Amino acid sequence: MAYALQQLINGVALGMIYGLIAVGYTMVYGIIGMINFAHGDIFMVGAFISLISFVLISMGGWTAGPGAILLVLLVSMAITALYGWSVERVAYRPLRGSFRLAPLISAIGMSIVLQNYVQVAQGARVKPIEAIITGNLEIWHGNGFAVSISTMQAVIVVVTLAVLAIFTWLVTRTALGRAMRACEQDRKMAGLLGIDTDRTISITFVIGAALASVAGTMYLLRYGVIDFYIGFLAGVKAFTAAVLGGIGSLPGAVLGGLLIGLIETFWSAYFSVEYKDVATFAILVITLIFMPTGLLGRAEVEKV
Amino acid sequence: MSTANSRFGVPHEGGVPHSDDGVPDPGEMGGIPRVGPGPAPRPPLTHALRDALLAALVAAGLFIPLVGLRTDVGPGGGGLMIRTRWGDVAILVGIVFAARLLLNLWSNFRPAPAPRSAQRTALMGRVGTAVAPALLALAIALPFLPGTTRYGLDLGILVLTYVMLGWGLNIVVGLAGLLDLGYVAFYAVGAYSYALLSTTFDLSFWICLPLAGILAAFWGVLLGFPVLRLRGDYLAIVTLAFGEIIRVVLLNWVSLTGGPNGISGIPRPTFFGLSFSAGGGPGSFADFFGLEPSPTHRVVFLYYLILGLALLTNWVTLRLRRQPLGRAWEALREDEIACRALGINVTNTKLSAFAIGAMFGGFAGAFFATRQAFISPESFTFIESAIILAIVVLGGLGSQLGVAIAALVMIGGFEAFRDLEEYRMLVFGGAMVAIMVWRPRGLVSSRTPSVSLGARKAISAELVGQGR
Repeated sequence: MAYALQQLINGVALGMIYGLIAVGYTMVYGIIGMINFAHGDIFMVGAFISLISFVLISMGGWTAGPGAILLVLLVSMAITALYGWSVERVAYRPLRGSFRLAPLISAIGMSIVLQNYVQVAQGARVKPIEAIITGNLEIWHGNGFAVSISTMQAVIVVVTLAVLAIFTWLVTRTALGRAMRACEQDRKMAGLLGIDTDRTISITFVIGAALASVAGTMYLLRYGVIDFYIGFLAGVKAFTAAVLGGIGSLPGAVLGGLLIGLIETFWSAYFSVEYKDVATFAILVITLIFMPTGLLGRAEVEKV
Repeated sequence: MSTANSRFGVPHEGGVPHSDDGVPDPGEMGGIPRVGPGPAPRPPLTHALRDALLAALVAAGLFIPLVGLRTDVGPGGGGLMIRTRWGDVAILVGIVFAARLLLNLWSNFRPAPAPRSAQRTALMGRVGTAVAPALLALAIALPFLPGTTRYGLDLGILVLTYVMLGWGLNIVVGLAGLLDLGYVAFYAVGAYSYALLSTTFDLSFWICLPLAGILAAFWGVLLGFPVLRLRGDYLAIVTLAFGEIIRVVLLNWVSLTGGPNGISGIPRPTFFGLSFSAGGGPGSFADFFGLEPSPTHRVVFLYYLILGLALLTNWVTLRLRRQPLGRAWEALREDEIACRALGINVTNTKLSAFAIGAMFGGFAGAFFATRQAFISPESFTFIESAIILAIVVLGGLGSQLGVAIAALVMIGGFEAFRDLEEYRMLVFGGAMVAIMVWRPRGLVSSRTPSVSLGARKAISAELVGQGR
């Protein structure tokens, strides 16, 4: 029981990271109907920028307090957002109006470019960083097993929830969010009504990249080791999460992320660590067989 | 329909005629004219300079943190240290500035792109009919051309392997319109089938080859069943997941597959029972034909083997396109609902596409195993699937010649940049993006329809449906 509770806490913390990345996938899919394959690598770029910022801060002699972490988060969000914007501008915008597979191939190409660019620029070796947030909070003690939340996990959950709250407010309450939702429903009509659709799509990519950079920072803080290849698996899992939740649905992405995090954690805890990815993907396949549009997705109405 | 964009005076290359299926496909919204006044006309040079400066500014923002500040593990093995490289950043920003400026100036003075005419499409078709036999003749003659080195032959084998994989995937993606991101799984199944059958039961290559194909086709059907109801990106992600599942299982089922160490000592193929051993000796190829023993014999044999397998794939595809099954695939690609309404068994059609595509992947896998004599899960990562899919799409979906040319360009080009070492993949990815931006419909963008009323004539690829 205590063991299961501990796994639940671990799973939620991991799921939050997946959920943050998944939101970026689902937003882009909702608005232009493409799989942004490079999104996982945007997440990796975000993690690298926070790593560099942390190293800069420690070289500057600052102590890594909450203020420093917030600063790193903001810097990472800003620069990663610039990456997201540039990727859209260079690789996707010229293909707007092309057939559907063209942006997908372009995105795969962009993913290869980003991975190898970071490998060339920062080296292929893994980058370790010493633990920045330490501490443990024991919440329950049952038959010889202590259930605890590490401060790290608490920070992940709090930061993620805060970011998601801001994001939800942005999408549901502001003019920008209205424009985004309008573009998602009918881009041509939104354009006719005076919405600058290109700009709205750019902003979607910027927001998605910023959320991914938050996930990257959290990943860095949680695991303390990153390399140029982390983007692929995290990206695939996050995309799985988005599909599981019903692609195009924002709450679905977070829900899917949480589920993937939980499945992965529980499978590793009770069965085998080696096959945790198989378990994740198998659950995805099974879900899709019985619910082809995901958990919260809308059924596509097909007209002849 | 395709003039909808130009009616508003916005020439838009690659505008897709919409498919009237009610689902707003992304192509429809491409050329929305901007509402409201456009940017005020400026002198072109000032405008170009401003724009290039802006691009340089963005580039500076991108490159300063990742290129300018290189992190390295410190000398004591402790924390990370930062090494600055402002010179590199300055060079990169300068390149972006210059490239953007040139691009701006060029697009200012370039004449407006003329819409692609039917004559040009017809011309492309005629050139195509001449290129295909020429390429085939070159491929057959390659081992005997003066100046062909061992390295050239090895490269030829590699390119032909990808041509074959591209043609195999083309059946699934190009003809049946099912987006498959996990094709490498069948390649892996074929390779491991041959490796296990030959090392465990001592079966010869020629018995294992069909078995590997059958096993791969079986896995194709197995994958096909759950995804029958899925479309588009759901299909893409499930096939991707399938590819990863196969790879993870190969990696972890150590007792069967050897895990990360792979399988080594896979038997080489024989020529009607004659081996290609380097020392010659009785029963070897060189001895039987009275030749000087040479390692080149095996390479030439492998070259013709993969050429034959690739041509078999091509021939089967071309034949199937004329038969009811192939026509059902193409009808399925264009409109699934209409297919159902016309009484086509969608289940069988989809499953057969998966099975036949997977079978050729399995053949290619068996060939790969016998050529390398060693396989490990590392050869079957997602990036392989991506490269094969890129070859199919870059070649122009459904075009046999296009796939062959794309494989030649991508794989040959990749090898040509061998000296660049770590920059090679960077160039490869960049080329994928550039080709897509430059020619979204692929290198060969005209088709000869499988069925036509009256005279057969090539049509633009923009009129052909694509993967859903």
